Amino acid sequence: METTNLPESEIHLKVPSETTYLDLIRMSVTKVAEDAGFSPEEVNDIAIAVDEACTNVIKHAYNQQTNQNIDVVLKVDYQKLTIIIVDRGQSFDPNAVPLPNMDQYIEELRVGGLGIYLMKTLMDEVDYEIEPGVQNRVKMVKYFMDDGKLKSVEH
Amino acid sequence: MADFEIKTREDGPATSIIYVKGFLDAHTAPRFEEALQKSIDSQRYHILVNFQDLNYISSAGLGVLMGFIEEVREAGGDIVLANLTPRVFKVFDLLGFTNLYRIFDNETEALEALNSK
Repeated sequence: METTNLPESEIHLKVPSETTYLDLIRMSVTKVAEDAGFSPEEVNDIAIAVDEACTNVIKHAYNQQTNQNIDVVLKVDYQKLTIIIVDRGQSFDPNAVPLPNMDQYIEELRVGGLGIYLMKTLMDEVDYEIEPGVQNRVKMVKYFMDDGKLKSVEH
Repeated sequence: MADFEIKTREDGPATSIIYVKGFLDAHTAPRFEEALQKSIDSQRYHILVNFQDLNYISSAGLGVLMGFIEEVREAGGDIVLANLTPRVFKVFDLLGFTNLYRIFDNETEALEALNSK
C-alpha cells in the first residue's frame, strides 16, 4: 500500500472586516484543520485563535470600520498548519499580558489582550509583525507533532 | 448568524435564567449583552446563565460577563454559570474565569447557590 503525505496546500481568503463573517472564517479554518488531521479539540483551539485574531483586527486595527479587508492565508505542509492574518489598519500593542485581577481583566478585555493570551496559549507559535502605517501581520502555527510523536495524516 | 439563540426565563421576583445556544462570538455577543442588561433593568440581579447548548465561545462572550459582574454584585446579586460543555469550560479555565465566577454542573445546584447568597 502506498502512503502519501498530505500535499502542501495554500488557501487565501479576503474577508470584509465585519463580525458577521467570523463564522465564515471559523468554518474555513475548521475545514482546513480537520482535513489536515488535527483532533476535534485542536480544531476548536485553532478556530478560537483565528477568531480572536480577526476580532482584534475588526475592533482595534480597523476600529469597527466595515469597509476594510482582512487577508487570511491558511497553509498546510507535512509538519504544520500556518495561518497568516494581515490587515492594513492601525497598529496596536500585541504584548499585553493579562494579570489575575478584575480591573486588569476589564482593561485587557477592552484592548483585546485576552484574545491574544488565548491565541498564544492555544497555538504553538504566534508572531506579530507590525509595520506602522503599512500593515499588521500575525502568523500562527500549529504543529502536527504532539508529545514527540508524529500524528498520522490521512489523505 | 442563524445558529445563535438566546432565551430568558424569569424565576421568582429576583432571578433570571438565561439560555444561550450556538456560537457566542464578537458578532453574537451584543445579543447576550442585551439579555443581561434586560435582567438588570428589571432589577433581577440573581442571574443564572445556562450554557448547555453553547457550542462555542470566544473572549467576546467572556467580555460581556465581565461588563456586568461588578454592577450585579454591588446590587447584592451574582452571575453564576451552569452546564458548560468541555470546550466552553476550557476557555473559561484558560482565562482564569473559573476563579471569578461560580460554575455548576446543573441548573438546580446553580439556583440553590444563587438564591442562598
